[in-house]
Order: sequence, then C-alpha cells, then structure tokens
Amino acid sequence: MATFQLNGRTVTSSGPEDAPLLWAIRDDLGLKGTKFGCGIGACGACTVHVDGQAIRACVTPVSAVAGAKVVTIEGLDPKGAHPLQTAWIATQAPQCGYCQSGQIMQAAALLAATPKPTDAEIDAAMNGNLCRCMAYVRIKKAIKLAAAKTGARA
Amino acid sequence: MNKLLAPSRRGFMIAATAAGAVFGFVTPGAAAEAGFEPTVWYSIDPQGIVTVNVIRAEMGQHVGTAIARIVADELEADWDKVRIVSVDSDPKWGYMVTGGSWSVWQSYPLMSQAGAAGRIALIEAGAKLLGADPKACVARKGMVTAGGKSVSYGDIVAKRGLKAAFTEAELKAMPIKPPSERRLIGRETQARDIPDKTNGKGLYGLDAVVPGMVYARPKIPPTRNESKVVSVDDSAAKAVPGYQRSLTLDDPSGTVPGWVVVVADSFVAADRAAELVKVTWANGDTAKVSEADLQAHAAKLIADPKAGAMVLNDAGVDSAFGAAKSSLEATYTTASALHFQMEPVNALAFEKDGVFEIHTGNQWQSLILPTLAKALGRPEDKIVMRTYLLGGGFGRRLNGDYAVPAALASKALGKPVKLVFTRADDTLFDSFRSPSVQKVRMAFGDGGKVTAMEHHACAGWPTLVMAPFFMPKGVDGAAYDPFAINGANHWYTVGAHRVRAVSNDLANRAFRPGWLRSVGPGWTNWAVESFMDEAAHAQKADPLAFRLKLLDGAGRNAGAPPSAVGGAKRQAAVLARVAKSAGYGGKLPKDTGIGLATTFGQERDMPTWIACAARVRVDRKSGEVKVESLHLAVDAGAVVHPDGALAQMEGAALWGMSLALFEGATFANGQIAETNLDSYTPLRMADVPELHIDFVESPEPPVGLGEPATTVVGPAIGNAIFAAVGARVRHLPIRPDAVLAALKTT
Repeated sequence: MATFQLNGRTVTSSGPEDAPLLWAIRDDLGLKGTKFGCGIGACGACTVHVDGQAIRACVTPVSAVAGAKVVTIEGLDPKGAHPLQTAWIATQAPQCGYCQSGQIMQAAALLAATPKPTDAEIDAAMNGNLCRCMAYVRIKKAIKLAAAKTGARA
Repeated sequence: MNKLLAPSRRGFMIAATAAGAVFGFVTPGAAAEAGFEPTVWYSIDPQGIVTVNVIRAEMGQHVGTAIARIVADELEADWDKVRIVSVDSDPKWGYMVTGGSWSVWQSYPLMSQAGAAGRIALIEAGAKLLGADPKACVARKGMVTAGGKSVSYGDIVAKRGLKAAFTEAELKAMPIKPPSERRLIGRETQARDIPDKTNGKGLYGLDAVVPGMVYARPKIPPTRNESKVVSVDDSAAKAVPGYQRSLTLDDPSGTVPGWVVVVADSFVAADRAAELVKVTWANGDTAKVSEADLQAHAAKLIADPKAGAMVLNDAGVDSAFGAAKSSLEATYTTASALHFQMEPVNALAFEKDGVFEIHTGNQWQSLILPTLAKALGRPEDKIVMRTYLLGGGFGRRLNGDYAVPAALASKALGKPVKLVFTRADDTLFDSFRSPSVQKVRMAFGDGGKVTAMEHHACAGWPTLVMAPFFMPKGVDGAAYDPFAINGANHWYTVGAHRVRAVSNDLANRAFRPGWLRSVGPGWTNWAVESFMDEAAHAQKADPLAFRLKLLDGAGRNAGAPPSAVGGAKRQAAVLARVAKSAGYGGKLPKDTGIGLATTFGQERDMPTWIACAARVRVDRKSGEVKVESLHLAVDAGAVVHPDGALAQMEGAALWGMSLALFEGATFANGQIAETNLDSYTPLRMADVPELHIDFVESPEPPVGLGEPATTVVGPAIGNAIFAAVGARVRHLPIRPDAVLAALKTT
C-alpha cells in the first residue's frame, strides 16, 4: 500500500509496497492509459510524471512515490488538449498508438524543462521511447509544433 | 487464395428499420431464411448519421478511416456525419483477416459498389419526396437536391420508405464514379482513431477487464512444440500474497503443449509467483537446435534438387546455363527477426450465457476460431472474439495462438482469466520470422545478355504450419508457402526463370515460423536485389541501367487487369524516379554511396511498384554504417487516404532499415536468446535518416501500402555499402563485423 496524488486525487494502492507503480496505476487504480511494454524501463510506454519528472513506472516501486504527485496521460490536461496532444493530432503522429501515452508524457517533461528544444535535444530526450510503428518522423514534428505554439503564446 | 478472401454475397439489400435504414449484402443461406437479415455494412439513422461497420483490425494503419471513406465517397455522404464501428467476430462478416496489405485493395470494389447502391436508392427515394425526376437529382454531402430543393439522407430514411434490392450482377455493373468525381478518396483527412490514441482513452486488449477475473502469467516451456510437463513445484510461490495456483493445461488443439499458467489475484502476484514456480519438462530434440543448425539444414535442403516446390520452372534453364558465356552465383542469408510489437500478447477469456468470449486484439479471427473451438470443445458459433485496438500487429496477431491458453485456463477454472505475457514471455512465444538461406544464379549470353535465372529459397513456412489451406500449388504440383517465396517471382525479364521454394522442416518443428511485416518479400528481395546489383557489376554495367533494361514489360511481365495494368514498366518508372530524386550517379564524398533496390511489393497479382535509393556513409575502421537518407518512390494505384498512406510508408521504410541494421535475433537451444530491449535493439528516433517519399499519381485501382516499403530498404542499404566502399554483404542484419570482413576481401 502507498498513498500518493494521482492526477490531483489522493489515492491509495492496494498491492504490495514494492509493486511497480505501473500496475498500481493500471490495475489497482484503473487508469489504463499508461502502458506496459518491456518491464525493464527500456521502451518508455509506461512513462508518467512524478513531481514533474518523467519516470518509467514499470521499474518504480509504488513506495517510492508515497506522498508524491503522479500525473498520467489522463491527467496531463483536463480536456486532453495539452499543446502536445493537439500537435499529436495535427501531425497525425500515432499509428497503433500503444506507445503514445509514454511518448507524450516524455515530451511534456522535455518541453517543461526545455521549451525550445533543438533536434539533438529532442533525440536525446526521446531516444528511450521506442515506437515500434516507427512513427518517429511525426513524433518529432509534433514536438516541434507544440514547442513553436507554446513559445508563441508565452 | 483470393477466392477464399472474397466475401460471399448474393445481391445487395436496402431496408427500412425502426432506427433508419440498413445497407447490406444477403449472403447465401441467409437469403433463404424467412425475413430479411442482411450483413449490414453500413446504416443511416434519421439524424443522417452514417455508421460504417469495419471488419479489419486497427493496428496503426487507420484502416477504418480508409474503408469508411471509400463507402462515403460513392454514397455522397457528409463525412462529418460518418461514424466507424469495429465489429466483433461473426460468421456473417465472411472471412476476417487483416494482413498482407490486402485491406484497401480487397475492400475497394465491394465498398464502392455498396456506397453507389445506397446513393442510387437514396436519389430514387429523395426524388419522390421532392416530386422530381431522379435523373434531375444530385446527391452531395448527405443531401439529395433537385431544382433548388433539397432533402437530407436522414429525412429520407426517417420516412421509412427506403427499400431496394440489387442482384449481384446489377451490383457488379454499378456505376462507380470516375476519379474526377471523387470527393473523399485521395483527399486529406484526419484519421478517426487518432484522438483516443493521444489521451489514454483507446482500449487495447491488455486494457480489457471483467468483474471476477483472475490474472495469469504463463510458464513458457523450453520448446515450442516438443515439451511435456513432468512435474510442477509451487512450494516457493505459496509465499507470494495473492497466489492461487499453477494450472497445467490440457490442450486438445495441440496449440500450447507443455504449458503451465500461474494464477493469482493480481498480475503482480502472478508475475512474482511465476518466477518461483518450478516446472520440470521432458523435451524433444528441438531443445538443442540453434540458429546455425537451422541455416545448415536449409543449405542442405537447397543442395537437394528434389526438395521443395517449383513456383516457376521455364523450359531451357539448364541449357541456358550450359551454353552461357559466363554465370554468377551467390548465397544470401537472413537471421531470425522478432515482431516485438509494443503490446505483449494477452487475452481475457470467460464464458457468459453459453458463449465463450475472447477479449484480445487479433488480425485473423477466422484462422484462430476453429482452433479455439477444438481447444474448448465448443462449436465455433459459441465463441466470439471481441475487438480491441492492437498495440502493434506486424503479423504477430495473425497467429492467435495466445488466445488458446487463456481460453483453456478459463474453462478449467470456471471463471474469467486474464492471461498477461511479460515481454520475455512474449518473445519466447513469438512466431518470429524464420532464418533463411537463398541461392541465386544467373546465366549470361553474348554481350552480357541475361539468358536464365534461378532462385532457391529455404525457410520455415508459416503458412504450412498455421494455414495450409492457403497454400497454392507450384508448376510441379507441390504446394508451397507463397509468403516464403513471393518476391523471387519478380518482374524482370531474365530469359528462362526457375524459382524453387523449400520448407525448412527443422524450423517448422523447432519453433512456429510467423508472418512478419512484408513476409516473404521482406527477405527474398534481400537476395533478388542484392544479386541484381552483383550481376550488374559482374557485367560492368550500371546497376540502374541494368535493372531498367530488364524491366521491359515483355511477355508475362506486361501486366494485366485488374491490379497489375502496366506491369514492369511501372516498376521501371518508380526506379528511374527514385534514382533521379536521390541524385544517383552524381559525385559523392569519400566512403559514401547510393544503393538502389526495387520490388513489386507483396504479390504479383497485387503489385505495389516501389523503389528505394539509400545513401550511406561507411566508417572503414569500425565497419559502422550510417544511413544518411532514404528516398522512396511508390506507385500504389489510387491512394484512398494520402496522409495515412504516407505514414505507412514512413513506418515501413524505417522497419526495413531497422531489420537491416538494428534487429536480428539468435535462436539458441530451442529458444530466442534476445528476449528484451537490453539485447534486441530496434531503431530509435536518433537513428532516423532523412526520408523522402514520393507517390506516383495513378488512376489504377488501389493496392497495398502497409508493407512494400519494408522490402526495398535492406537491399538498397547493402548495395549502398558496396557503392561506398566496395564491400559486399550477404547476410541480414548487417553488422559492423561483416562490413569489416567484406572490406578485407576487396
């Protein structure tokens, strides 16, 4: 059991403290948007934010987030209209879509820290997120589009 | 094969219902029943909402959008009022399979006719309501208009008077709009499945839940086909909170021999308990088989002229080689390659009201349903497969074997079972692409004229193992797996041509060979297109000119309707186009080269003409290959959803590059050695080269686009390495060591 904030709500997981956060989110707490891909933190499909940092939920024990603020794809924006989400639609980035929650969460952490990333910074930040459909061209395009839009707004 | 895929139908019916109007085919059998129950392909409600039922699995190709736009275009529907429904399995839909890049090619004629029939009926009914002559009426955006007055499709069906029937002959004669009248096909649009793939709402098989379900994780046996459970010791697992039991499966279908599933209250508990459950197996001799054994066996079979099936065997092959001024021979190999779809396979199974429900993402429901029926001892009509998004297909989910253990466990326990594979479980149970060996020969006569060609290919045959009814017969009467040889039967004019497909029986026994994106052409073209390059150099010819000369469209390479009009000439056109676009023949920096490859995509009767020019730089010290750019040109006939088509080309091209340089697995002691991303390393964002993709505008019927780009990239890279530094590589994947070894021989 561990108590933490999940998308602004206080929640308590029912499984063991050393259970991966991923399964606490998916199976104990019923939010299915965060995906399981590799279980070793190497594909990025399970990426969520813990206190604003992008982490791999499949290798993070739920005890490690006790008292922390966890945000998943469902909580990134109340209307699902975060600039990255709208850019993802504008560029028609997803193919099968399975990795995209993780891609978007990773990209959101990147833009929060680096609002105007260079190509090399995007590659470095996103290289841990595997897209098996290999929609990389559009993922990158979407990140640049979102960066340009949010930059223009600021 | 196409006959099997063709949906059965007997005329088209339109009928009023309480909820509007339905538009569907009456299949043989159903028509004889009292009453009328068509297979509803689409319906229109009184609000004018058009709902299109789609039987194809959504796995990233946005197939629902493409198919609905085919219907909506002919129907003259308002696209904003079109909804897409992905249906569950049901015999009424006919053959359910999503693969082979067939979906749009195969749906196009049927869905166009269905849309056109609806338009004609709506115009007739609309004309009556407007008091106009149907000939004076125009249908556009869900309205019938005549003389300044309009009535909407919704209002027409609300009158409940809509009723029409078309015979199959009338349907076939249905006037399909000329390309100039298309309003949706070929125009840009956003795919309907995408928004839910950006907000976490899209439901994949892994997300399926039902109250009262238990979780299970498999213990994957040491061999795919030859393991038997001797004993199960779960004493250590009992310490895991939530662990329930370990269940040895009894499988009448023989799909999962030697299987134990570990059952628990949660996946975490099942996962942990499975690590602690000790199973002792008795194994067959395939537990000792490794990659090198498979390749050695393939080489031995190729050396035996009696093995396999002759796909092509023109008269005069042997005499041409006997009379040849010179000849060339080369052997090409490819390693095992994994699907590694992001969502590990999984299935939720339970019985409800006498029907077994299987909740999982699947590409070939019609293939696995008979197996499930055998496993469960139930008739097929008491089993339904519920449809979900697929977290990647790539051919893995054509083989629905993962549904069987979930169903068996649920039946044995009498409760819903959610079977979840870890990534390593998924890999060990993958029906991966078989390793292959290919021998290619060419005979040259006077002036370097090509007089004969032979191609012998040996690999595990997925279709023999899983769908033997799908195998055509060769010219010698022997059945063969088309998905383990297509590509070798190319459109080059090479004189007398012999193509022989050989099944690697050791592979078929040691693992379950699978269909992997672009199937046979994904590796046969590694041989064809590398060899064409070698042949050109052997004749001191330019590889581009050499190919163009052989793509002359003569004889059987002239092409014919419905899908291959223009034949090899269209292939020559895309090759010339891509060479120009990539600057082929121009000056390049040191150790940099451009390599070409061209193929006809997947099948001779559904050719997608495609070519690639890869530009690479080779590091002579390390043997590392850097792909700087990939130029592709494709002629796929009319393109229904241009942006979706481009996305498929992008992904398929990068797949080809990933398979060529980054993937490749090793079968070792009966199993794949690389079970996760620490050792299996598909291409990542930083590896993406410049991509230039060019579509040929064409009025011809659409063909397939999901796979063809995968077939050309590997050989184009291999040929580019040769162009850059003169090193010829003949094995996929291309590792730096192989490049260094080839450099030493130059």
